[in-house]
Amino acid sequence: MMNRDECFEVLKRHVTDEVVVAAYSSALEWNDLNPRVLNFFANGAMGLGSSHALGLALAFPDRRVVVLDGDGSLLMNLGSLVSIAAAAPKNLVHFVCDNECYEANGGHPIPNPKVDFAGLARSAGYAHVHDFSEMRSFEQQVGHVLTQDGPVFATLHIKKSRPLVYKYDDLYKASRRVALKAALQSTS
Amino acid sequence: MDAAIATKADAAVLTGAKIIAAIKQSGVKFVLAVPDIVTSKGLLFPIADDKELKLVRVCKEDECVGIAAGLSYGDKRALILIQYTGFLDSLNAIRAVAVEYKQPIVMMVGLLGHEPERQPAESGRYGVRIIEPICDAMGIPHHFLSQDADIAKIKPAIDKAYSESSPVAMLIGRRPS
Amino acid sequence: MMKRDECFRALARQLRAEIVLPVYSSAFDWLEIAPRALNYFAFGAMGLGSSHALGLALGRPDRRVIVLDGDGSLLMNLGSLVTIGAVAPKNFVHFLCRNGSYEANGGHPIPRKEVDFSGLAQAAGYAHCVDFDTLAKFESALPQLLKQDGPIFATLHIEKGALSPEFNYRSLEDPKRRQDFRAALRG
Repeated sequence: MMNRDECFEVLKRHVTDEVVVAAYSSALEWNDLNPRVLNFFANGAMGLGSSHALGLALAFPDRRVVVLDGDGSLLMNLGSLVSIAAAAPKNLVHFVCDNECYEANGGHPIPNPKVDFAGLARSAGYAHVHDFSEMRSFEQQVGHVLTQDGPVFATLHIKKSRPLVYKYDDLYKASRRVALKAALQSTS
Repeated sequence: MDAAIATKADAAVLTGAKIIAAIKQSGVKFVLAVPDIVTSKGLLFPIADDKELKLVRVCKEDECVGIAAGLSYGDKRALILIQYTGFLDSLNAIRAVAVEYKQPIVMMVGLLGHEPERQPAESGRYGVRIIEPICDAMGIPHHFLSQDADIAKIKPAIDKAYSESSPVAMLIGRRPS
Repeated sequence: MMKRDECFRALARQLRAEIVLPVYSSAFDWLEIAPRALNYFAFGAMGLGSSHALGLALGRPDRRVIVLDGDGSLLMNLGSLVTIGAVAPKNFVHFLCRNGSYEANGGHPIPRKEVDFSGLAQAAGYAHCVDFDTLAKFESALPQLLKQDGPIFATLHIEKGALSPEFNYRSLEDPKRRQDFRAALRG
């Protein structure tokens, strides 16, 4: 088992001009560690992060799109695994932070904590699938994961995080989306 | 302390244990749930530990509608415990199964972000404000629960849903203690 | 590849008091082959069949519940695989008629025909997952499949095509069917 913030610290060292789409607790933690205009925080409709990311990946095929999904979130939108596999964007990398609970909704367990997300993604048809529970192997392979032809999927088995302050108003403010759009259009 | 203030102070409480007791008195054996922060502490955690209630955790709220319909054929009563966002997401399932098929679908819906002293229709939160008008448009009876006195609405609402085979929505406007 | 009606005839020969829940195109074929009071029909919210069946399996643990699901339908409610895997009802048998198309909605292809549905069920936590593409294998495996502890998942690789292209939903949605079903369960 890993810590999410440590995984994100490692990820941060590899991220350059990717769009990072992050959900709920992952969004808060990622934004604390790495505030950048190319972060996209999907709000309101739980689970929609992977679909937002598919749209971004199709719109900007020359740019990598990295999803930092939650396990509870992905369970709300499992069909998107098949849709993503079908559209097969080479530039999409899908991480799911598997802490076996709905951390932002009180910490209740997900329906089946033993669900094999990487197996689901493989069966759906992702091009490459990974499963990490050791920090060292994640550190060694993350560079490779981020550059493989997608869609790529990786489960990160993590512990529940330290208590987070859910500053959704700040995270979801409209100015972030305006800035993201301007940044994407100016460089594409 | 004068009587008016005492009443107002009492009014500001919604007791989770009393809601759970009312659910059980209504003959509910199954709770079908997706976590909602409004009802997380006061309802879902205690229900998860409750030996008399069987908790089925689902991935997406519309699943609850099918499961509750299926359970009703075994004469098992179910309560669907979700957030208003999940209610909105499940509207087609509710339309088809609960309304058009006239199945007993009992929903307890947490109004996330609602100001408990207001009526839902006056909420500052758009998603909350539209819930009652949607229920009205669909012909789904709804009850607002924001203080202990409202808990008395639960048993008649559930009994009616199962005796008439029809849906009902109970809207939770305050975090139960 | 098999034909759906042949699979259903093989299944119908094995059945006694099981509840059968067929969805969309499967429902019309099944009704023609095996009209019985213990058939349960639910339309209007595509994909919800597996959830209805989970409720039935929990409500009547003394009976087997058999879902005849569609690939397009299941894609609408993939999360239910995880929910069913978690609840793990022993009396639950989930058949997936995989023809790669939304047969009742114009015959359009599903987003990705190569999806490994049995693999999805396995990853979600079903007890047994299996694929069938020949009738002989399906027929010989059926008796054991219907006895095993569930939840069981079986992908039936079938050709497109229904017994009758006329889909008369009004007859299947007749409230009398639900009343008869309820009465048959009580009786």
